Amino acid sequence: MNFATGLRCRECGTAYPDEARYVCNNCFGPLEVGYDLDAARGVVTRESIQEGPLSIWRYGALLPDPGLAPVDLGAGWTPLRRATRLAEVLGVRELWLKDDTRNPTGSFKDRVVSVALSSARRLGFTTAACASTGNLATSVAAHAAFIGWPSVTIIPADLEKSKIAMTAIFGGTVLGVEGNYDDVNRLCVELVDEHPDWAFANINLRPFYSEGSKTLAFEISEQLGWRTPDQVVVPVASGSQLTKVAKGFKEFIELGLVDGSAPVLFGAQATGCSPIATAFSTGADFITPQRPNTIARSLAIGNPADAPYVLDELRANGGDCGSVPDDEILECIELLAKTEGVFAETAGGVTIASLRQMINRGTIDRDKSIVAIISGHGLKTLDAIVDTATVSSTISPSLEAAEEALRFHQLVAAS
Amino acid sequence: MSVVVRLPGQLRSLVGGVGEVPVEATTVREAIEAVDAAFPGLATRVLDDDGGLRRFVNVFVADEDVRFLDGLDTVLEAGQTVSLVPAVAGG
Repeated sequence: MNFATGLRCRECGTAYPDEARYVCNNCFGPLEVGYDLDAARGVVTRESIQEGPLSIWRYGALLPDPGLAPVDLGAGWTPLRRATRLAEVLGVRELWLKDDTRNPTGSFKDRVVSVALSSARRLGFTTAACASTGNLATSVAAHAAFIGWPSVTIIPADLEKSKIAMTAIFGGTVLGVEGNYDDVNRLCVELVDEHPDWAFANINLRPFYSEGSKTLAFEISEQLGWRTPDQVVVPVASGSQLTKVAKGFKEFIELGLVDGSAPVLFGAQATGCSPIATAFSTGADFITPQRPNTIARSLAIGNPADAPYVLDELRANGGDCGSVPDDEILECIELLAKTEGVFAETAGGVTIASLRQMINRGTIDRDKSIVAIISGHGLKTLDAIVDTATVSSTISPSLEAAEEALRFHQLVAAS
Repeated sequence: MSVVVRLPGQLRSLVGGVGEVPVEATTVREAIEAVDAAFPGLATRVLDDDGGLRRFVNVFVADEDVRFLDGLDTVLEAGQTVSLVPAVAGG
């Protein structure tokens, strides 16, 4: 059961068949997968979804056709955690964390890659590729290994060591480019013209790939008991996640699967790479590209592809976009860990720091429900915290030394 | 002076299927107009009605986004490559 139809240009509406194509030949606008929601209504039900697997593929009817079987390493169905202790610190009534650190390779990218490679296999591709800030490369390499495909992942050469290692271990070819992500992206857009037989997850397969992020909205709705939250905070790099989260809520509402209206969406960016936050605050309809300089490498896209659509979504229901400096990102990685037991990568620090910023300036309503998307695991960006998050004391293996250290740390009373 | 304009797959049918077109030009705008003179139809695909760049097309000169330079007025050096690249990709 699948209700995906062909591709359609988001700008001019030109229709294209179901094939690996990502921009409109007429206007260069982005192509999107269409769905026959009229046919799906009454067929895709809460019950039919609940009978599905505990992965993104429980929503397979509303995703691109995966063919005979999806490429499923187990992406999705991650916990939605009520964050009471963090809510108390931030002074809000109802806060939830969508904990996407719990994906097979530790980030939300497993959702989009599972969809992209399922479509790629159905369309006859046999090699996986991508342009990446790290997390996507890891996920593409892992999913390619899982189905026995070669992979070519292309990343900035100076990425965090943990992200490079987590990618290389899966055995594909990893190309480190001397440049930033925007350089990598431009290179890959040119490369796909020379290697059209490679499935670049986020380029020629992008219409299929990006649909995977809708499952964040689907899961949040289902996990809240088939209701929409009032407000959702989403980290923003290219903006694809935010626009597809919006699309996911709209589809569920249109199908009558969920109670409530579309949530107000809020973006989260690091000040060192904040082209969308800047355009939002100045009222511009388009962004001015920026040269990224932030520890939040997974969000370091200075020329974000979906910027116009993100700005539309943020403005649709009275949203906002945070812009937070690196020291607050680090502080909020720690705050999240200490209050909720969730260890996030730098992007998670951006989300929590932006949440706090927008609460404090009153754009996020303290009395309405909030979901914050924690998109990647802290082990991916150990470099950022390894100097400050370390042993409290180093001691000799003696009872005396241990007792002395415990007194020093005020865990036992001084004698 | 001689420069090379590199075209994305979506525009290659306009120029007989090739990926690169050598032209004589001193600015990015002149380079686009020169390709259009040889292969009519290119300019309207890349430029809007006011003569500006369409919002879903990025242009690079020697691998640098022209929005960091002087846009369509960016001055070219002999032998440089002007790349037209679809904007909605990646991330």
